[in-house]
Amino acid sequence: MKALYSFFAVMILIGLAYLGISANMTTFFGLVLPYIAAAAFIFGVTYRILIWAKSPVPFKITTTCGQGKSLPWIKNSNLESPHNTLGVIGRMALEVLFFRSLFRNTKMSLKDGPKIVYGENKWLWLAGLVFHWSFLIVIIRHLRFFFEPVPEFILLVQGLDGLLEIYVPVLYMTGVALLLSVTYLYLRRALIPQINYISLISDYFPLFLIMAIAITGALMRYTPLRVDIIKVKELAMGLGSFNPVMPEGIGAIFFIHLFLVSVLLIYFPMSKLMHMAGIFLSPTRNMKNDNRMKRHINPWNYPVDTHSYEDWEDEFRDVMRESGLPLEKE
Amino acid sequence: MSAKKPTPADLIQIDFNPGKKDWIDAKIDFEKKRGNWNYQVVPKSAEYIGMPYPRKWSPVDEDWKLPDNWQKIIFDGLRERLDKYRSFKIFMDICVRCGACADKCHFFIGSGDPKNMPVLRAELLRSVYRNDFTATGKIFGSLAGGRKLTVDVIKEWFFYFFQCTECRRCSVFCPYGIDTAEITMVARELLNLVGLNIDWIGTPVANCHRTGNHLGIQPHGFKDSIDFAVDDLEDITGIRVDAPINKKGAEILFVIPSADYFGDPHYFGLLGYMALFHEIGLDYTFSAYASEGGNFGLFHSNELMKRLNGKIYNEAKRLGVKWILGGECGHMWRVLHQYMDTMNGPADFMEEPVSPITGTKFENAKSTKMVHICEFTADLIKHNKIKLDKSRNDQWRVTYHDSCNPARAMGLLDEPRYVINGTCNHFYEMPENTIREQTFCCGSGSGIGTDENFEMRMRGGMPRANAVQYVHDKHNVNLLATICAIDKATLAPLMEYWVPEVGIGAVHELVGNALVMKGEKADRTDMRGEPFLGTETVGKEEEANV
Repeated sequence: MKALYSFFAVMILIGLAYLGISANMTTFFGLVLPYIAAAAFIFGVTYRILIWAKSPVPFKITTTCGQGKSLPWIKNSNLESPHNTLGVIGRMALEVLFFRSLFRNTKMSLKDGPKIVYGENKWLWLAGLVFHWSFLIVIIRHLRFFFEPVPEFILLVQGLDGLLEIYVPVLYMTGVALLLSVTYLYLRRALIPQINYISLISDYFPLFLIMAIAITGALMRYTPLRVDIIKVKELAMGLGSFNPVMPEGIGAIFFIHLFLVSVLLIYFPMSKLMHMAGIFLSPTRNMKNDNRMKRHINPWNYPVDTHSYEDWEDEFRDVMRESGLPLEKE
Repeated sequence: MSAKKPTPADLIQIDFNPGKKDWIDAKIDFEKKRGNWNYQVVPKSAEYIGMPYPRKWSPVDEDWKLPDNWQKIIFDGLRERLDKYRSFKIFMDICVRCGACADKCHFFIGSGDPKNMPVLRAELLRSVYRNDFTATGKIFGSLAGGRKLTVDVIKEWFFYFFQCTECRRCSVFCPYGIDTAEITMVARELLNLVGLNIDWIGTPVANCHRTGNHLGIQPHGFKDSIDFAVDDLEDITGIRVDAPINKKGAEILFVIPSADYFGDPHYFGLLGYMALFHEIGLDYTFSAYASEGGNFGLFHSNELMKRLNGKIYNEAKRLGVKWILGGECGHMWRVLHQYMDTMNGPADFMEEPVSPITGTKFENAKSTKMVHICEFTADLIKHNKIKLDKSRNDQWRVTYHDSCNPARAMGLLDEPRYVINGTCNHFYEMPENTIREQTFCCGSGSGIGTDENFEMRMRGGMPRANAVQYVHDKHNVNLLATICAIDKATLAPLMEYWVPEVGIGAVHELVGNALVMKGEKADRTDMRGEPFLGTETVGKEEEANV
């Protein structure tokens, strides 16, 4: 049901774009909305990060996933339980670039005996990693539309991505990988009962949206719906140089693609997709496990009512005297 | 009416399929679910410690007698905590519900209840947050995953947030490090604001505030317990040790959880500490005022944790000790390692800890000035400062249970293993997915180790017990050693339920057993008063009979 809602939402978005283009609203969809979307993305993400950053981190609550630094002869696992900045950078890099924690994932099953077995389960890790990396490479490839001449680095990425040299025009591996991985991410939500149970509309929506973006992109490149790439570049260059122009005769499919990307950018800051930024601020991962070495300051630490020794002794002086415990006041 | 206790054969029938029904329905039948929740705090304790709205109520009542403006109280409290804890705020926002945490929670594994998946436990609160604190939630409501705050939701929070042991295992597997403990802690603070607390937390904290320990033992009672241990140790070893209390000018203040002098098998660990300190001639003191290292305030609220914890530094200052040594306890060490210095420091009235025996500087504790007993003992063993006869533990085939907090909040993993290996001949690890940072909770931590939620404890402890069963079957393990007071108290019934052949012991019980003491009597026994394996025939009675 929730998946259906999301699916229809994306369909409606596609319909809206199509209607808009049919009504000759290319200026809005091609020139105005992308600016609005880019601004919403940049301001939205910045705003969210600032709001997070405004809340202090009162305690150092590192989740230690390995041996902490203690006695000199005990080997510290600095990437899993970092005691210095280098360790934290390493831990974060593993987390952000390779999804270290997700790599630990196992699948529990209950066998007769009873016996609980924790099996290998790297599919989510693999699909997640493929999804994010191919998305990143796809984005880097798209930057070619905004530059003339195209920087070497982008050409290199593009060249590597098309290395298989299948099909004309050349098939980008990341495009395929992106579609496959996003489909897997959807299927596990649809088919694994527990994951299905926890999934919300806002979990399906971005999946369908990204799927639709990838499909429209592919249609534009590999099928007769092909659009004039020179004109698309003209449009992109115009947008990028803040000198927007609208070339004539770009197919509707391009505007649908662009519209969906715009929606994604606008949706991003108000959604769970903010995990992209949140991971960097997550206190259990980005803090050192040096708690007893270096005092952490809580900015809102306030005095509290403690039962003082003096009051305590006042209350128990008689029994203490009887049992021979030392007293401050006789 | 008490809940009937299900058998292991009943409990193991677990259905992991959550079904099709939407989880958004919050209704819980507390009567039917007896055995899975904890009793409410008694008004007397709540009043004494200053919890809001102390009153008579019960979870099985329809009317929980919430204050009239309970919704406003919860919302204000939620807003305040979003502003105070970046962790909480981020964890409310960035979960993608990937489900990696789902089958990592011992309560989910043992119960199959979908709301025990960490992600969904968090969603119970997150759904309310989304509804009333986010733009999308305010506009789209339930379409955006929002949920209205109703009395049923509050009841559901009470049920499920006192069904999380704040063990942080889910946080190890979460790609963003989302820590359900942080969410549970906030949820419990919110429940507290409308006067919903459980007695197993409320009464111990009230006791601790008043007398110095959770059990409410007064200073003379504390002294009796320690004196009793001195007598026992003399019976066992033939040596009368000195165990000073509130001694000014001692070099080290020694803080232990109260269960160590009141519980079994904790007590054998206490005897172990005392034997060890005597043997190395440590200048230390107990304190009757700071006679509790444990801190159930952690399970209630930041403020209460700080109030109770304050006594430790207060006492160290009053006694003029150089540094503090802490005994075996799990959540106590989370407080000491991750909170104490921040809350009640700086501890600039003490010195950086140095072992008076080995001269080792405990650099890792130079600010907080508190050293873990396993660090201390491991250092002694490494420097050959004590004589250990491992064969004195030959009656035990040992496995080690990493307690959640030392494992996942300190990274204290190899020190206790070093001590065990230094004191035992037979040590076997449980499977790797169940130890170290992936260790399974006892199922009774964070103040929910009561009799009334027995069923849920046995379910939650099942993954741990199952791993013990594995090493019992494979290596004939008969002792589960651990360094947590709650573990020692609650793993015992857990083992009795699932793996009755395995007993529980403190790591320092093993130290006490193996320790060869100068001047010990020829027929000394282990800390439990049992003759060592292979020496039974020269026991006292037999000799007398000859």
